[in-house]
Amino acid sequence: MERIPILKMGDSLLVSIQVDMHDRLAMTLQDDLTGKIVATRAKGVLIDISSLEVVDSFIGRMLANIAAMARILDARTVVVGMRPAVAITLVELGLSLTGVRTALNVEKGMELIKRTADSEDERGGSRAS
Amino acid sequence: MIIAPRLKLFKNNPFAWRRSDVTGNVQSEVAALLGQQESEILGDWLRTQMTDPRRSHLLDEKEVRRQSGEFLSLLRTAVQSGRADDITAREWDELRRLLEDLSRGRARLGLSPSQTAMFIFSLKESLYPRLRAAFGTDADRLSSSLSLVNQLLDRLGLYTTEIFQKGREEVISRQQQEMLELSTPVVELWEGILALPLIGTLDSARTQVVMENLLQRIVDTGAGIAIIDITGVPTVDTLVAQHLLKTVAAARLMGADCIISGIRPQIAQTIVHLGVELQDVVTKATLADALSVAMRRLGLAVQKTAGAAGKPPVARAADGPELA
Repeated sequence: MERIPILKMGDSLLVSIQVDMHDRLAMTLQDDLTGKIVATRAKGVLIDISSLEVVDSFIGRMLANIAAMARILDARTVVVGMRPAVAITLVELGLSLTGVRTALNVEKGMELIKRTADSEDERGGSRAS
Repeated sequence: MIIAPRLKLFKNNPFAWRRSDVTGNVQSEVAALLGQQESEILGDWLRTQMTDPRRSHLLDEKEVRRQSGEFLSLLRTAVQSGRADDITAREWDELRRLLEDLSRGRARLGLSPSQTAMFIFSLKESLYPRLRAAFGTDADRLSSSLSLVNQLLDRLGLYTTEIFQKGREEVISRQQQEMLELSTPVVELWEGILALPLIGTLDSARTQVVMENLLQRIVDTGAGIAIIDITGVPTVDTLVAQHLLKTVAAARLMGADCIISGIRPQIAQTIVHLGVELQDVVTKATLADALSVAMRRLGLAVQKTAGAAGKPPVARAADGPELA
């Protein structure tokens, strides 16, 4: 069966969606990703959707769900590379993905994950002291 | 296969047959009249047009003469073809093309639609006496020929008005499009900082263009912060606020933060009175404030250099002794 590869990079997981998403694929990705977060104890998840041309309400909701699930498993999700047309569509659909962090490209997304991890470390450290 | 017997039925109908015969006769007679007395009609018509007090001095007499002559001969061929009932038929193509050119040309000269339509309506004056002379003894044929000519010229006159209107509408829609494109510039204030100065009322169509432009520029420049300046937006109602929030949300989905600036005191009051929630959006009173916030976020700082700050006093000190 078709699957979307999940790559581990340091503390983070990298998911690059290169094919058109259909609902089954999205559900599989959700399962795989949550499993992988637990298995690798990842702190960050980066989802690259720069090749995705069509995002419907289901996929939009799935992105929001993945972010929420990852949050519970103590990982931060960043969605990167959303196309202008997709952004407009999602806003028109009323899905502004409030719980999801976004960045312009993979580079900035990784930076954002690193920065959040650092600031949380600091906060954790200060609380401990 | 199915149509043929029906046609036959229709032809067997004595009413239909007789009616078409009469109108057909009148049509060919009118066409013959137009052909025989073409030059006299043309002379009369031109005289009417030239002596019309509402005539525009912008019209070239030679041009009017050419157009009138062409119109008459085309009218004759078209009436001869027997389709006087429908000016949208193929037989009228050439005449319609002539009228389109004429109508557009006169619109460009700045003539009113009624002045353009009068070109055709004035032909009636020269046609009626001739029809009367030709069918004077036969009331039936006179009335049907009059009504034929009347209807025909009315339709043609209205057609010129329609073309005139269409031309105007084309100009308006083109200008609207140009205004849309002109009024939504996205400027790069600094590396990574875009500004979108909005001027004029925001409606749905404009917001769409604004949003698309902004998002495309975010992709092109890789900017992380966009400042939307609404100093030039006269009023902000719930709809405009919603459009702004949508733009902000879309930019955020792309990974760029938005700052709204240029909020005038009255607009701040309106927004609060309307109960619009702008909580998640950073708002600043002026573009300068927004820019300094943006620069701080990017880790940039603007500093006064000693040289620039020291220059004016130095210059004054240098001037002092000279004046003294």
